[in-house]
Amino acid sequence: MSRTTNAAPPAPPAPFWPAPTDSDADRAGRYQRQRAIPRELWPLLALLLLLLFNYFFTPGFFQTEVREGRLYGILIDVADRAAPIMLLAIGMTLVIATGGVDLSVGAVMAISGAIAAHLVAEREQPLWLALLAALGVSLLAGVWNGTLVAYLRVQPIVATLILMVSGRGIAQIVGAREGQIIEIPPADHPGFAMIGNGSFLGLPFTLTLVAVAFIVVALLTRKTAAGLFIEAVGNNRVASRFAGINERLVTVTVYALTGLCAGVAGLIAASDINASDANNAGLNLELDAILAVVLGGTALTGGRFYLLGAMIGALIIQTMTTTILTRNVPVELTLVVKAIVVVVVCLLQAPAFRDAILRPLRRGRMQISGGGA
Amino acid sequence: MSAHGSPPTLPPGDVSPRASRRLRLLRAKHIPLLATLFVCSLLYTAAALRYDYFASAGVFVNFFRENAPLGIAAVGLTFVILSGGIDLSVGSVIACTGVLIASLAQHGWNPWTAMPVALACGAALGLVMGCLIHFFQLAPFLVTLAGLFLARGIAAVISLESIALRHPTFIELSELSLTITRDLWIPLSALVFVAVAIVAALTSVFTPFGRNVYAIGGDEHSAVLMGLPVGRTKIAIYTLSGFCSALGGVVYAVSIGSGNATAAVGLELDAIAAVVIGGTLLTGGVGSIWGTVIGVLILAIIQTALIFEGTLSSWWARIIIGGLLLIFIALQKLLTRRTEAAQ
Repeated sequence: MSRTTNAAPPAPPAPFWPAPTDSDADRAGRYQRQRAIPRELWPLLALLLLLLFNYFFTPGFFQTEVREGRLYGILIDVADRAAPIMLLAIGMTLVIATGGVDLSVGAVMAISGAIAAHLVAEREQPLWLALLAALGVSLLAGVWNGTLVAYLRVQPIVATLILMVSGRGIAQIVGAREGQIIEIPPADHPGFAMIGNGSFLGLPFTLTLVAVAFIVVALLTRKTAAGLFIEAVGNNRVASRFAGINERLVTVTVYALTGLCAGVAGLIAASDINASDANNAGLNLELDAILAVVLGGTALTGGRFYLLGAMIGALIIQTMTTTILTRNVPVELTLVVKAIVVVVVCLLQAPAFRDAILRPLRRGRMQISGGGA
Repeated sequence: MSAHGSPPTLPPGDVSPRASRRLRLLRAKHIPLLATLFVCSLLYTAAALRYDYFASAGVFVNFFRENAPLGIAAVGLTFVILSGGIDLSVGSVIACTGVLIASLAQHGWNPWTAMPVALACGAALGLVMGCLIHFFQLAPFLVTLAGLFLARGIAAVISLESIALRHPTFIELSELSLTITRDLWIPLSALVFVAVAIVAALTSVFTPFGRNVYAIGGDEHSAVLMGLPVGRTKIAIYTLSGFCSALGGVVYAVSIGSGNATAAVGLELDAIAAVVIGGTLLTGGVGSIWGTVIGVLILAIIQTALIFEGTLSSWWARIIIGGLLLIFIALQKLLTRRTEAAQ
């Protein structure tokens, strides 16, 4: 699609290229040293710190027992409950890596759950058809978002806002009775109940879904050029197009994948409560997913992304929530904690803040002259 | 001045190429607002023809009364979006303010001190967010997302239960209204909305602050190079938005007679929708307060029409709003592409 694909890269403008100085070499060395520390280390440390806190202050946090061939315990529960956030975070990481954001994942979850519940419980359709339809519609929702972003060039926040506003409305009118919760009795539909409540290899089945999604996406992005393409688009959309990357296709694919992930998360949410609740399924989960990605070390400006970091970020969020739940304080306090965590993590990532902390002598000269984010 | 005020009156018959280009650009800029007005009148006429009593003055006043909190918050949000930013915290701030004044009043505070304190808290939150956005160049989206969490969390920590506003002053305020005729009166909340809209519209057009907002939204870098006080203005914009949301929260709490931590969930989406439908470009620099007021009116007409219809569930409102958003964003894209091509 690009006319300049075959053009040779321009020669470096030799006269204007300053000779490498000591400070340049120094900086390069520092850069390498920084790269030596895996980016996942910091979120992992935070997670370990949280777990350590719980080890000392929450009785029974690490107790796990085997019942009927399945592990039970708070720790397992944390991982099980983090599964939808992890699934959303997988897609969201890639979307954020391209410099976008997807606000509609919560609404897509609601749509997916409503469609599956409607087909399974009200239309008596076979399970595979219901799952296929739910995931197909979720994929379509993702393609829709991606098309708005890639072809109409709508800002990602706004493009996905459309579906975020109307998605829950669409989920409500799916089903025989508008705006009603569709119940899926687990006794009649054991297959559907399995998605959110079943177990596999002694662990909740949801974790199997997360593992499959993670491995597939990690292999696709790290063992093929796809990951490089995504990072290139996020770093510089125009430059990536000139480099011959089909930037629009990459964008649409990434949003479509996020839609699919949200669809699976929606199935888990519906199966978990044996009903589809269009009002509350995935409510505010888009924010948790974004937070997980940011905690994992991926910058909102796009570019380099850390899938494993996002998984750890999702676990941190759920551990935090569970910790607060066991502390006997209002669960809404998690919101305050999350707010503080968001700001602190963003500040630590912000170059302006680092400069202010690292070079206090220069603070007087730090005349910030705007620069939009 | 003329760049963002009302269109200057061009002498008739002036067809010099420069003037006609200016005219075309002005027209292109005002098409979103005209389209909004057109959609608004179309919806109103259609609803008035379909339902009896829809075209009555009482229903019209009710548009403003019911949507006063949304409208006040959307007016503040317009400044933020005009400057190229976004504020997601408006809904939470409305809920937080309501709970705050209710809780303060419960603890024996005088309403006339509780309300200014709540307004100051909203403005302070906006100030902090503005400082984070300006000094550390954080994404407005993330900072105000944190603001959303924080305000909602604080509201829930203050009280999970809904607290009734029992002080006689609140009841008096909620019943205060301007009587036009025996059958028609305009309640205080609607008056506050209209007053805020008028003051904001005048501010956006006739003050240096308003011009700076448009300049930052048009091109922040140029605004810096022109020597405009970009930092001060940006912080002021978010403070103003926080203040407006808090005012919306006070109006909301007084009109429903209680403070509730789960109030106005998702209101930020409606507010953004109203601003966008009102013809304000999300990239900043183009738009008007009047457009936002008309955008709020459109949302009000849709909701009221669905109530008149009776059989359709309120979920259709969300789908229709989503569809309108899509249409207006597509229209904006079309127009900006054309003006870009023209330049």
